[in-house]
Amino acid sequence: MTSLPTTAGTRKLGLVIDLDICVGCHACAVNCKEWNSGGHSAPMTDWNAYSGTESAEGGTDDAGAWGVWFNRIHTYEAGDGAEGRTVHFPRSCLHCETPACVEVCPTGASYKREEDGIVLVNADTCIGCKLCSWACPYGAREYDHADGVMKKCTLCVDRIYNENLEEIDRVPVCVSTCPVGARHFGDLGDPQSAVSTLVAERGGYDLMPEMGYKPVNKYLPPRPQKKTCGATGAPSRLEQLVAEATDAVPSTGAPATKGGRMLAWVDAVLSR
Amino acid sequence: MHPAASVIFFTTASGAGYGLLFLLGLAGAGGLAPGGLGFALVGLASALGLITAGLLASTFHLGRPERAWRALSQWRSSWLSREGVAAVATYLPAGLFGIGWVCLGETGGLWGAFGLLASLGAVATVACTGMIYASLPTIRQWRHPLTVPVYLAVALYTGALWMTLLTAAFGGAADTFLWLSVAAGIAVAALKLAYWRSIDSATPATTAGSATGLGHLGRVRLLEAPTTSRNYVMREMGYRIARKHATKLRLIAGGVGVGAALVLLLIAAAVGGGGAVLALFLAALAGSAGAVVERWLFFAEATHVVTTYYGAEAA
Repeated sequence: MTSLPTTAGTRKLGLVIDLDICVGCHACAVNCKEWNSGGHSAPMTDWNAYSGTESAEGGTDDAGAWGVWFNRIHTYEAGDGAEGRTVHFPRSCLHCETPACVEVCPTGASYKREEDGIVLVNADTCIGCKLCSWACPYGAREYDHADGVMKKCTLCVDRIYNENLEEIDRVPVCVSTCPVGARHFGDLGDPQSAVSTLVAERGGYDLMPEMGYKPVNKYLPPRPQKKTCGATGAPSRLEQLVAEATDAVPSTGAPATKGGRMLAWVDAVLSR
Repeated sequence: MHPAASVIFFTTASGAGYGLLFLLGLAGAGGLAPGGLGFALVGLASALGLITAGLLASTFHLGRPERAWRALSQWRSSWLSREGVAAVATYLPAGLFGIGWVCLGETGGLWGAFGLLASLGAVATVACTGMIYASLPTIRQWRHPLTVPVYLAVALYTGALWMTLLTAAFGGAADTFLWLSVAAGIAVAALKLAYWRSIDSATPATTAGSATGLGHLGRVRLLEAPTTSRNYVMREMGYRIARKHATKLRLIAGGVGVGAALVLLLIAAAVGGGGAVLALFLAALAGSAGAVVERWLFFAEATHVVTTYYGAEAA
Protein backbone atom coordinates (compact mmCIF):
# COMPACT_ATOMS: atom_id res chain seq x y z
CA MET A 1 0.00 0.00 0.00
CA THR A 2 1.55 3.25 -1.08
CA SER A 3 -0.72 5.33 1.07
CA LEU A 4 1.38 6.40 4.02
CA PRO A 5 0.85 4.51 7.26
CA THR A 6 -1.90 6.17 9.27
CA THR A 7 -0.86 4.53 12.49
CA ALA A 8 2.81 5.44 12.22
CA GLY A 9 4.72 4.82 15.38
CA THR A 10 6.83 7.41 17.07
CA ARG A 11 10.07 5.75 16.00
CA LYS A 12 11.83 7.57 13.18
CA LEU A 13 15.11 5.88 12.48
CA GLY A 14 17.53 7.98 10.54
CA LEU A 15 20.96 9.46 10.13
CA VAL A 16 22.57 12.64 11.35
CA ILE A 17 25.43 13.77 9.13
CA ASP A 18 28.00 16.21 10.42
CA LEU A 19 29.17 18.45 7.59
CA ASP A 20 31.76 20.00 9.89
CA ILE A 21 33.60 16.72 10.25
CA CYS A 22 33.12 14.89 6.94
CA VAL A 23 36.39 14.74 5.02
CA GLY A 24 34.87 13.52 1.75
CA CYS A 25 36.76 10.22 1.71
CA HIS A 26 33.83 8.28 0.14
CA ALA A 27 34.41 5.37 2.55
CA CYS A 28 30.73 5.37 3.58
CA ALA A 29 29.63 5.16 -0.06
CA VAL A 30 32.11 2.41 -0.87
CA ASN A 31 31.20 0.32 2.14
CA CYS A 32 27.50 0.93 1.43
CA LYS A 33 28.02 -0.54 -2.02
CA GLU A 34 29.97 -3.43 -0.53
CA TRP A 35 27.38 -4.37 2.11
CA ASN A 36 24.29 -3.79 -0.01
CA SER A 37 25.66 -5.77 -2.95
CA GLY A 38 24.75 -8.73 -0.78
CA GLY A 39 21.94 -7.18 1.21
CA HIS A 40 18.19 -6.46 1.06
CA SER A 41 18.26 -4.81 -2.37
CA ALA A 42 21.08 -6.83 -3.90
CA PRO A 43 22.50 -6.81 -6.45
CA MET A 44 23.66 -3.24 -7.01
CA THR A 45 24.59 -3.68 -10.60
CA ASP A 46 27.16 -1.77 -12.60
CA TRP A 47 27.40 -1.68 -16.33
CA ASN A 48 30.22 -0.74 -18.67
CA ALA A 49 32.14 -0.96 -15.41
CA TYR A 50 35.53 -1.34 -17.05
CA SER A 51 34.96 0.01 -20.52
CA GLY A 52 32.72 3.00 -20.37
CA THR A 53 33.60 6.11 -22.27
CA GLU A 54 30.85 8.63 -22.69
CA SER A 55 30.21 10.67 -25.75
CA ALA A 56 31.31 14.24 -25.12
CA GLU A 57 27.86 15.73 -25.58
CA GLY A 58 26.37 13.36 -23.04
CA GLY A 59 23.24 12.19 -24.75
CA THR A 60 20.96 9.63 -23.25
CA ASP A 61 22.79 6.52 -24.30
CA ASP A 62 24.02 3.85 -21.93
CA ALA A 63 27.68 4.71 -22.49
CA GLY A 64 29.94 5.48 -19.60
CA ALA A 65 30.68 3.44 -16.51
CA TRP A 66 27.70 3.75 -14.22
CA GLY A 67 25.84 1.76 -11.65
CA VAL A 68 23.61 1.76 -8.61
CA TRP A 69 24.81 3.53 -5.48
CA PHE A 70 22.69 4.41 -2.46
CA ASN A 71 25.10 7.00 -1.13
CA ARG A 72 26.84 9.74 -3.08
CA ILE A 73 29.44 12.18 -1.82
CA HIS A 74 29.42 15.68 -3.30
CA THR A 75 31.92 18.42 -2.53
CA TYR A 76 30.81 22.03 -2.59
CA GLU A 77 32.41 25.40 -2.26
CA ALA A 78 30.30 27.83 -0.25
CA GLY A 79 31.03 31.52 0.08
CA ASP A 80 33.83 33.50 -1.51
CA GLY A 81 37.30 34.69 -0.61
CA ALA A 82 38.33 34.48 3.01
CA GLU A 83 34.78 33.50 3.93
CA GLY A 84 34.72 30.64 1.43
CA ARG A 85 34.96 27.05 2.51
CA THR A 86 34.92 23.57 1.13
CA VAL A 87 32.16 21.30 2.42
CA HIS A 88 31.98 17.58 1.77
CA PHE A 89 28.39 16.48 1.50
CA PRO A 90 27.22 12.85 1.69
CA ARG A 91 23.74 12.42 0.21
CA SER A 92 21.46 9.41 0.59
CA CYS A 93 17.78 8.65 1.25
CA LEU A 94 16.42 10.89 4.03
CA HIS A 95 13.55 8.48 4.89
CA CYS A 96 11.06 11.39 4.78
CA GLU A 97 8.02 11.50 7.02
CA THR A 98 5.82 12.31 4.01
CA PRO A 99 7.70 10.69 1.14
CA ALA A 100 6.06 11.51 -2.18
CA CYS A 101 8.16 8.72 -3.74
CA VAL A 102 5.96 6.26 -1.84
CA GLU A 103 2.65 7.93 -2.62
CA VAL A 104 3.25 8.12 -6.38
CA CYS A 105 4.13 4.41 -6.64
CA PRO A 106 1.39 2.77 -8.73
CA THR A 107 2.07 -0.79 -7.56
CA GLY A 108 2.64 -0.62 -3.83
CA ALA A 109 6.25 -1.71 -4.27
CA SER A 110 7.44 1.43 -2.46
CA TYR A 111 6.41 1.61 1.13
CA LYS A 112 7.15 3.29 4.43
CA ARG A 113 7.38 1.01 7.44
CA GLU A 114 5.04 1.74 10.32
CA GLU A 115 7.39 0.48 12.99
CA ASP A 116 10.47 2.59 12.26
CA GLY A 117 9.70 4.82 9.27
CA ILE A 118 12.22 3.21 6.93
CA VAL A 119 11.32 3.67 3.25
CA LEU A 120 11.88 0.51 1.20
CA VAL A 121 11.20 -0.90 -2.27
CA ASN A 122 9.88 -4.40 -2.85
CA ALA A 123 11.97 -5.51 -5.83
CA ASP A 124 9.49 -8.33 -6.54
CA THR A 125 6.59 -6.01 -7.34
CA CYS A 126 8.35 -2.90 -8.70
CA ILE A 127 7.56 -2.37 -12.40
CA GLY A 128 10.43 0.05 -12.99
CA CYS A 129 8.25 3.03 -14.05
CA LYS A 130 10.77 5.41 -12.43
CA LEU A 131 8.04 7.80 -11.25
CA CYS A 132 9.33 7.59 -7.64
CA SER A 133 12.72 8.87 -8.77
CA TRP A 134 10.96 11.83 -10.40
CA ALA A 135 9.12 12.53 -7.14
CA CYS A 136 12.27 12.44 -5.00
CA PRO A 137 13.93 15.86 -4.69
CA TYR A 138 17.07 14.34 -3.20
CA GLY A 139 18.12 11.98 -5.97
CA ALA A 140 18.04 9.12 -3.49
CA ARG A 141 16.55 6.55 -5.82
CA GLU A 142 18.62 4.96 -8.52
CA TYR A 143 17.17 2.72 -11.20
CA ASP A 144 18.85 -0.64 -11.68
CA HIS A 145 19.24 -0.84 -15.42
CA ALA A 146 20.03 -4.56 -15.34
CA ASP A 147 17.36 -5.59 -12.83
CA GLY A 148 14.62 -3.33 -14.25
CA VAL A 149 13.59 -2.10 -10.81
CA MET A 150 14.22 0.92 -8.60
CA LYS A 151 16.69 0.70 -5.71
CA LYS A 152 17.46 2.87 -2.73
CA CYS A 153 19.05 3.11 0.70
CA THR A 154 17.53 0.60 3.12
CA LEU A 155 19.06 2.22 6.20
CA CYS A 156 20.77 -1.19 6.36
CA VAL A 157 17.55 -2.78 7.58
CA ASP A 158 19.41 -6.08 7.28
CA ARG A 159 22.05 -4.94 9.79
CA ILE A 160 20.29 -2.82 12.38
CA TYR A 161 18.07 -5.68 13.59
CA ASN A 162 20.53 -8.45 12.79
CA GLU A 163 21.11 -10.55 15.87
CA ASN A 164 23.93 -12.42 14.18
CA LEU A 165 26.00 -9.27 14.47
CA GLU A 166 27.60 -7.90 17.59
CA GLU A 167 25.36 -5.24 19.08
CA ILE A 168 27.91 -2.53 18.31
CA ASP A 169 27.71 -3.44 14.62
CA ARG A 170 23.93 -3.11 14.41
CA VAL A 171 24.10 0.28 12.71
CA PRO A 172 24.04 1.21 9.04
CA VAL A 173 27.34 0.33 7.45
CA CYS A 174 27.99 3.93 6.40
CA VAL A 175 27.93 4.88 10.07
CA SER A 176 30.20 2.13 11.31
CA THR A 177 32.71 2.70 8.53
CA CYS A 178 33.06 6.47 8.82
CA PRO A 179 36.67 7.03 9.91
CA VAL A 180 36.00 10.46 11.37
CA GLY A 181 32.70 9.87 13.12
CA ALA A 182 30.75 12.24 10.90
CA ARG A 183 27.72 9.94 10.70
CA HIS A 184 25.32 9.12 13.51
CA PHE A 185 22.39 6.70 13.56
CA GLY A 186 19.45 6.65 15.92
CA ASP A 187 15.80 7.37 16.64
CA LEU A 188 15.00 10.94 15.66
CA GLY A 189 11.44 10.47 16.90
CA ASP A 190 12.71 10.27 20.48
CA PRO A 191 13.64 13.77 21.69
CA GLN A 192 15.89 12.23 24.39
CA SER A 193 17.97 10.12 22.00
CA ALA A 194 21.63 10.90 21.40
CA VAL A 195 20.97 11.89 17.79
CA SER A 196 18.07 14.20 18.73
CA THR A 197 20.25 15.86 21.38
CA LEU A 198 23.01 16.32 18.84
CA VAL A 199 20.58 17.87 16.34
CA ALA A 200 19.27 20.26 19.01
CA GLU A 201 22.78 21.26 20.17
CA ARG A 202 24.26 21.81 16.74
CA GLY A 203 21.27 23.25 14.89
CA GLY A 204 20.68 20.24 12.66
CA TYR A 205 18.55 21.09 9.64
CA ASP A 206 16.44 19.63 6.79
CA LEU A 207 17.51 19.65 3.16
CA MET A 208 15.14 21.51 0.81
CA PRO A 209 12.55 22.23 3.50
CA GLU A 210 10.49 24.06 0.84
CA MET A 211 9.54 20.67 -0.64
CA GLY A 212 7.60 19.82 2.51
CA TYR A 213 8.63 16.15 2.57
CA LYS A 214 9.78 16.40 6.19
CA PRO A 215 13.04 14.44 5.89
CA VAL A 216 14.00 12.43 8.96
CA ASN A 217 17.75 12.58 8.30
CA LYS A 218 19.34 15.77 9.55
CA TYR A 219 22.50 17.61 8.58
CA LEU A 220 24.70 19.41 11.08
CA PRO A 221 26.10 22.65 9.64
CA PRO A 222 29.81 23.37 9.46
CA ARG A 223 30.87 25.18 12.65
CA PRO A 224 31.64 28.90 12.31
CA GLN A 225 35.09 29.64 10.94
CA LYS A 226 37.68 30.60 13.54
CA LYS A 227 39.19 34.04 12.95
CA THR A 228 41.65 33.97 15.86
CA CYS A 229 44.27 31.52 17.08
CA GLY A 230 43.31 29.01 19.65
CA ALA A 231 45.11 29.03 23.01
CA THR A 232 47.33 26.09 22.20
CA GLY A 233 50.51 27.58 23.66
CA ALA A 234 51.97 28.12 20.21
CA PRO A 235 53.46 31.54 19.53
CA SER A 236 51.05 33.65 17.59
CA ARG A 237 53.71 35.51 15.58
CA LEU A 238 56.32 33.76 13.47
CA GLU A 239 58.62 36.81 13.44
CA GLN A 240 58.93 36.65 17.17
CA LEU A 241 59.84 32.97 16.98
CA VAL A 242 62.47 33.66 14.33
CA ALA A 243 63.97 36.48 16.38
CA GLU A 244 64.19 34.30 19.45
CA ALA A 245 65.76 31.48 17.44
CA THR A 246 68.34 33.82 15.98
CA ASP A 247 69.26 35.06 19.43
CA ALA A 248 69.64 31.50 20.65
CA VAL A 249 72.24 30.53 18.04
CA PRO A 250 75.79 31.17 19.31
CA SER A 251 77.56 33.33 16.77
CA THR A 252 81.13 33.75 18.09
CA GLY A 253 83.12 32.97 21.17
CA ALA A 254 83.73 29.67 22.92
CA PRO A 255 80.66 27.54 23.40
CA ALA A 256 79.88 27.02 27.03
CA THR A 257 79.41 23.32 27.14
CA LYS A 258 81.76 20.35 26.49
CA GLY A 259 79.57 19.12 23.61
CA GLY A 260 79.53 22.63 22.20
CA ARG A 261 83.36 22.82 22.28
CA MET A 262 83.54 19.49 20.49
CA LEU A 263 81.20 20.72 17.76
CA ALA A 264 83.16 23.92 17.44
CA TRP A 265 86.35 21.90 16.91
CA VAL A 266 84.65 19.72 14.25
CA ASP A 267 83.39 22.85 12.59
CA ALA A 268 86.84 24.39 12.64
CA VAL A 269 88.47 21.26 11.16
CA LEU A 270 85.92 20.92 8.40
CA SER A 271 86.18 24.60 7.58
CA ARG A 272 89.93 24.44 6.67
CA MET B 1 13.90 15.89 -17.68
CA HIS B 2 14.93 13.27 -20.20
CA PRO B 3 12.26 13.19 -22.94
CA ALA B 4 11.60 9.45 -23.33
CA ALA B 5 10.20 8.64 -26.79
CA SER B 6 7.80 6.02 -25.43
CA VAL B 7 6.18 8.44 -22.98
CA ILE B 8 5.90 11.21 -25.58
CA PHE B 9 4.27 8.81 -28.05
CA PHE B 10 1.99 7.47 -25.32
CA THR B 11 0.70 10.84 -24.13
CA THR B 12 0.20 12.28 -27.62
CA ALA B 13 -1.27 9.17 -29.29
CA SER B 14 -3.57 8.23 -26.46
CA GLY B 15 -4.37 11.92 -25.95
CA ALA B 16 -5.60 12.19 -29.55
CA GLY B 17 -7.38 8.85 -29.16
CA TYR B 18 -9.20 9.99 -26.02
CA GLY B 19 -10.05 13.30 -27.66
CA LEU B 20 -11.56 11.41 -30.58
CA LEU B 21 -13.39 8.98 -28.29
CA PHE B 22 -14.75 11.91 -26.29
CA LEU B 23 -16.22 13.48 -29.44
CA LEU B 24 -17.48 10.15 -30.84
CA GLY B 25 -19.31 9.46 -27.60
CA LEU B 26 -20.92 12.89 -27.58
CA ALA B 27 -21.60 12.97 -31.31
CA GLY B 28 -22.94 9.43 -31.39
CA ALA B 29 -25.26 10.02 -28.48
CA GLY B 30 -26.23 13.46 -29.80
CA GLY B 31 -26.87 12.33 -33.35
CA LEU B 32 -24.21 14.62 -34.83
CA ALA B 33 -22.18 11.85 -36.44
CA PRO B 34 -22.71 10.73 -40.02
CA GLY B 35 -24.86 7.65 -40.29
CA GLY B 36 -23.67 4.32 -41.55
CA LEU B 37 -21.58 1.48 -40.26
CA GLY B 38 -18.38 2.70 -41.90
CA PHE B 39 -17.98 5.88 -39.87
CA ALA B 40 -18.76 4.17 -36.56
CA LEU B 41 -16.34 1.35 -37.28
CA VAL B 42 -13.47 3.49 -38.55
CA GLY B 43 -14.03 6.18 -35.91
CA LEU B 44 -14.09 3.86 -32.93
CA ALA B 45 -11.28 1.70 -34.32
CA SER B 46 -9.12 4.81 -34.78
CA ALA B 47 -9.85 6.09 -31.28
CA LEU B 48 -9.32 2.77 -29.53
CA GLY B 49 -6.35 1.98 -31.78
CA LEU B 50 -4.59 5.24 -30.86
CA ILE B 51 -5.39 4.70 -27.18
CA THR B 52 -4.20 1.10 -27.19
CA ALA B 53 -1.03 1.85 -29.15
CA GLY B 54 -0.24 4.62 -26.69
CA LEU B 55 -0.86 2.44 -23.64
CA LEU B 56 1.29 -0.34 -25.10
CA ALA B 57 4.06 2.15 -25.86
CA SER B 58 3.95 3.37 -22.27
CA THR B 59 4.79 -0.13 -21.05
CA PHE B 60 8.02 -0.06 -23.10
CA HIS B 61 9.16 2.61 -20.69
CA LEU B 62 8.88 0.13 -17.81
CA GLY B 63 11.76 -1.95 -16.53
CA ARG B 64 9.36 -4.85 -15.92
CA PRO B 65 6.50 -4.54 -18.46
CA GLU B 66 5.20 -8.00 -17.53
CA ARG B 67 4.23 -6.63 -14.12
CA ALA B 68 2.31 -3.63 -15.57
CA TRP B 69 -1.00 -4.98 -14.24
CA ARG B 70 0.20 -4.25 -10.71
CA ALA B 71 -0.05 -0.55 -11.51
CA LEU B 72 -3.85 -0.75 -11.18
CA SER B 73 -3.69 -1.38 -7.44
CA GLN B 74 -2.71 1.93 -5.81
CA TRP B 75 -5.42 4.29 -7.06
CA ARG B 76 -5.90 5.62 -3.53
CA SER B 77 -2.63 7.54 -3.60
CA SER B 78 -1.04 7.39 -7.05
CA TRP B 79 -2.12 9.40 -10.10
CA LEU B 80 -0.29 6.93 -12.33
CA SER B 81 -2.40 4.14 -10.88
CA ARG B 82 -5.57 6.23 -11.27
CA GLU B 83 -4.64 6.83 -14.90
CA GLY B 84 -4.31 3.08 -15.43
CA VAL B 85 -7.63 2.37 -13.75
CA ALA B 86 -9.39 5.11 -15.71
CA ALA B 87 -7.85 3.87 -18.97
CA VAL B 88 -8.94 0.28 -18.39
CA ALA B 89 -12.36 1.30 -17.10
CA THR B 90 -12.99 3.48 -20.18
CA TYR B 91 -12.68 0.45 -22.47
CA LEU B 92 -15.88 -1.02 -21.01
CA PRO B 93 -18.40 1.71 -21.93
CA ALA B 94 -16.44 2.42 -25.13
CA GLY B 95 -16.73 -1.25 -26.12
CA LEU B 96 -20.44 -1.41 -25.28
CA PHE B 97 -21.04 1.85 -27.13
CA GLY B 98 -19.18 0.35 -30.10
CA ILE B 99 -21.30 -2.81 -30.02
CA GLY B 100 -24.48 -0.74 -29.99
CA TRP B 101 -23.35 1.60 -32.73
CA VAL B 102 -21.51 -0.77 -35.07
CA CYS B 103 -23.40 -4.05 -34.57
CA LEU B 104 -26.89 -2.85 -33.76
CA GLY B 105 -26.88 0.59 -35.37
CA GLU B 106 -28.19 2.03 -32.10
CA THR B 107 -26.84 5.21 -30.52
CA GLY B 108 -29.85 6.26 -28.52
CA GLY B 109 -31.06 5.39 -25.06
CA LEU B 110 -28.86 3.02 -23.10
CA TRP B 111 -26.33 2.75 -25.95
CA GLY B 112 -26.04 6.50 -26.03
CA ALA B 113 -25.48 6.51 -22.28
CA PHE B 114 -22.51 4.18 -22.82
CA GLY B 115 -21.20 6.73 -25.31
CA LEU B 116 -21.46 9.51 -22.76
CA LEU B 117 -19.76 7.30 -20.16
CA ALA B 118 -16.94 6.64 -22.64
CA SER B 119 -16.60 10.41 -23.13
CA LEU B 120 -16.45 10.90 -19.40
CA GLY B 121 -13.82 8.15 -19.08
CA ALA B 122 -11.74 9.81 -21.80
CA VAL B 123 -11.73 13.13 -19.95
CA ALA B 124 -10.91 11.43 -16.65
CA THR B 125 -8.01 9.46 -18.15
CA VAL B 126 -6.39 12.49 -19.77
CA ALA B 127 -6.87 14.51 -16.59
CA CYS B 128 -5.14 11.73 -14.61
CA THR B 129 -2.26 11.75 -17.10
CA GLY B 130 -1.87 15.47 -16.56
CA MET B 131 -2.06 15.05 -12.80
CA ILE B 132 0.84 12.55 -12.82
CA TYR B 133 3.00 15.51 -13.82
CA ALA B 134 1.09 18.26 -12.04
CA SER B 135 1.39 16.43 -8.71
CA LEU B 136 5.20 16.43 -8.62
CA PRO B 137 6.54 19.33 -6.50
CA THR B 138 10.07 18.51 -7.65
CA ILE B 139 9.49 19.98 -11.13
CA ARG B 140 8.12 23.53 -11.12
CA GLN B 141 7.33 23.48 -14.86
CA TRP B 142 5.02 20.51 -14.24
CA ARG B 143 3.50 21.43 -10.92
CA HIS B 144 1.73 24.27 -12.63
CA PRO B 145 -1.98 25.15 -12.72
CA LEU B 146 -1.94 25.00 -16.53
CA THR B 147 -0.49 21.48 -16.86
CA VAL B 148 -3.83 19.65 -16.68
CA PRO B 149 -5.74 22.22 -18.81
CA VAL B 150 -3.03 21.94 -21.49
CA TYR B 151 -3.22 18.12 -21.48
CA LEU B 152 -7.00 18.29 -21.84
CA ALA B 153 -6.91 21.01 -24.49
CA VAL B 154 -4.26 19.29 -26.61
CA ALA B 155 -6.20 15.99 -26.43
CA LEU B 156 -9.42 17.75 -27.43
CA TYR B 157 -7.67 19.67 -30.22
CA THR B 158 -5.91 16.68 -31.80
CA GLY B 159 -9.02 14.51 -31.31
CA ALA B 160 -11.20 17.19 -32.92
CA LEU B 161 -8.86 17.42 -35.93
CA TRP B 162 -9.17 13.68 -36.59
CA MET B 163 -12.92 13.79 -35.89
CA THR B 164 -13.33 16.55 -38.47
CA LEU B 165 -11.36 14.57 -41.03
CA LEU B 166 -13.34 11.37 -40.45
CA THR B 167 -16.69 13.13 -40.53
CA ALA B 168 -15.82 14.89 -43.78
CA ALA B 169 -14.36 11.72 -45.30
CA PHE B 170 -17.60 9.86 -44.61
CA GLY B 171 -19.66 12.65 -46.10
CA GLY B 172 -21.06 13.97 -42.84
CA ALA B 173 -21.57 17.54 -41.77
CA ALA B 174 -18.08 18.38 -40.55
CA ASP B 175 -18.64 22.08 -39.93
CA THR B 176 -19.35 21.72 -36.21
CA PHE B 177 -16.16 19.76 -35.64
CA LEU B 178 -14.14 22.01 -37.94
CA TRP B 179 -15.03 25.12 -35.95
CA LEU B 180 -14.56 23.19 -32.72
CA SER B 181 -11.04 22.35 -33.94
CA VAL B 182 -10.39 26.01 -34.68
CA ALA B 183 -11.61 27.02 -31.23
CA ALA B 184 -9.60 24.25 -29.52
CA GLY B 185 -6.49 25.24 -31.51
CA ILE B 186 -6.82 28.84 -30.38
CA ALA B 187 -7.36 27.64 -26.81
CA VAL B 188 -4.22 25.45 -26.98
CA ALA B 189 -2.19 28.37 -28.32
CA ALA B 190 -3.48 30.71 -25.62
CA LEU B 191 -2.87 28.19 -22.82
CA LYS B 192 0.63 27.34 -24.06
CA LEU B 193 1.60 31.00 -24.45
CA ALA B 194 0.42 31.71 -20.92
CA TYR B 195 2.25 28.59 -19.67
CA TRP B 196 5.52 29.46 -21.38
CA ARG B 197 5.36 33.05 -20.18
CA SER B 198 4.73 31.82 -16.65
CA ILE B 199 7.55 29.25 -16.49
CA ASP B 200 10.00 31.70 -18.09
CA SER B 201 9.32 34.42 -15.56
CA ALA B 202 8.96 32.33 -12.41
CA THR B 203 11.79 32.35 -9.90
CA PRO B 204 12.90 28.87 -8.89
CA ALA B 205 12.27 28.23 -5.20
CA THR B 206 15.01 25.65 -4.88
CA THR B 207 18.64 26.69 -5.12
CA ALA B 208 21.94 24.97 -4.47
CA GLY B 209 21.84 26.89 -1.20
CA SER B 210 18.53 25.42 -0.01
CA ALA B 211 19.37 21.98 -1.38
CA THR B 212 22.56 21.77 0.67
CA GLY B 213 21.48 24.08 3.49
CA LEU B 214 24.78 25.91 3.00
CA GLY B 215 23.26 29.03 1.45
CA HIS B 216 23.94 31.05 4.60
CA LEU B 217 27.66 30.72 3.92
CA GLY B 218 27.40 32.40 0.52
CA ARG B 219 27.08 31.18 -3.04
CA VAL B 220 27.15 27.38 -3.22
CA ARG B 221 28.75 25.68 -6.21
CA LEU B 222 29.73 22.11 -6.96
CA LEU B 223 33.46 21.56 -6.59
CA GLU B 224 33.52 17.82 -7.13
CA ALA B 225 30.71 15.62 -8.41
CA PRO B 226 30.22 12.23 -6.73
CA THR B 227 30.98 10.28 -9.87
CA THR B 228 33.27 10.61 -12.87
CA SER B 229 30.58 9.29 -15.22
CA ARG B 230 26.97 10.47 -15.39
CA ASN B 231 24.79 8.36 -13.10
CA TYR B 232 21.09 7.45 -13.41
CA VAL B 233 19.88 10.60 -11.68
CA MET B 234 21.97 12.85 -13.95
CA ARG B 235 20.81 11.04 -17.09
CA GLU B 236 17.11 10.89 -16.19
CA MET B 237 16.66 14.20 -14.38
CA GLY B 238 19.61 16.22 -15.63
CA TYR B 239 18.50 16.66 -19.23
CA ARG B 240 18.64 20.35 -20.17
CA ILE B 241 17.75 21.97 -23.44
CA ALA B 242 19.53 25.08 -24.67
CA ARG B 243 17.26 28.10 -24.50
CA LYS B 244 17.76 29.00 -28.17
CA HIS B 245 16.70 25.49 -29.21
CA ALA B 246 13.66 25.69 -26.95
CA THR B 247 12.63 28.98 -28.54
CA LYS B 248 12.94 27.48 -32.02
CA LEU B 249 10.96 24.39 -31.04
CA ARG B 250 8.23 26.50 -29.46
CA LEU B 251 7.90 28.35 -32.75
CA ILE B 252 7.73 25.04 -34.63
CA ALA B 253 5.13 23.61 -32.22
CA GLY B 254 2.99 26.74 -32.49
CA GLY B 255 3.60 27.40 -36.18
CA VAL B 256 2.98 23.86 -37.39
CA GLY B 257 0.70 22.54 -34.66
CA VAL B 258 -1.66 25.49 -34.51
CA GLY B 259 -0.75 28.06 -37.20
CA ALA B 260 -0.48 25.75 -40.21
CA ALA B 261 -3.31 23.52 -38.98
CA LEU B 262 -5.70 26.46 -38.59
CA VAL B 263 -4.87 27.75 -42.07
CA LEU B 264 -5.58 24.28 -43.49
CA LEU B 265 -8.85 24.13 -41.54
CA LEU B 266 -9.92 27.46 -43.00
CA ILE B 267 -8.95 26.31 -46.49
CA ALA B 268 -11.07 23.18 -45.95
CA ALA B 269 -13.99 25.32 -44.80
CA ALA B 270 -13.67 27.45 -47.92
CA VAL B 271 -13.17 24.81 -50.63
CA GLY B 272 -15.39 21.93 -49.48
CA GLY B 273 -15.58 18.55 -51.24
CA GLY B 274 -12.58 16.30 -51.90
CA GLY B 275 -10.11 19.16 -51.54
CA ALA B 276 -11.44 19.76 -48.06
CA VAL B 277 -10.74 16.16 -47.01
CA LEU B 278 -7.13 16.49 -48.18
CA ALA B 279 -6.75 19.81 -46.34
CA LEU B 280 -8.29 18.30 -43.19
CA PHE B 281 -5.94 15.32 -43.41
CA LEU B 282 -2.96 17.66 -43.60
CA ALA B 283 -4.39 19.71 -40.74
CA ALA B 284 -4.71 16.60 -38.57
CA LEU B 285 -1.12 15.63 -39.39
CA ALA B 286 0.17 19.15 -38.63
CA GLY B 287 -1.76 19.37 -35.37
CA SER B 288 -0.54 15.95 -34.24
CA ALA B 289 3.07 16.74 -35.18
CA GLY B 290 2.81 19.99 -33.24
CA ALA B 291 1.48 18.07 -30.25
CA VAL B 292 4.52 15.75 -30.35
CA VAL B 293 6.90 18.74 -30.38
CA GLU B 294 4.93 20.39 -27.58
CA ARG B 295 5.09 17.22 -25.48
CA TRP B 296 8.81 16.78 -26.16
CA LEU B 297 9.36 20.34 -24.95
CA PHE B 298 7.19 19.69 -21.89
CA PHE B 299 9.82 17.15 -20.80
CA ALA B 300 12.94 18.83 -22.14
CA GLU B 301 12.16 22.21 -20.56
CA ALA B 302 11.34 20.69 -17.17
CA THR B 303 14.06 21.21 -14.60
CA HIS B 304 14.20 18.88 -11.62
CA VAL B 305 15.32 20.19 -8.23
CA VAL B 306 17.80 17.30 -7.83
CA THR B 307 19.99 18.99 -10.44
CA THR B 308 20.89 21.57 -7.80
CA TYR B 309 22.98 18.85 -6.15
CA TYR B 310 24.77 18.28 -9.44
CA GLY B 311 25.86 21.80 -10.31
CA ALA B 312 22.68 23.69 -11.25
CA GLU B 313 22.34 26.95 -9.34
CA ALA B 314 18.55 26.70 -9.16
CA ALA B 315 15.71 24.58 -10.51
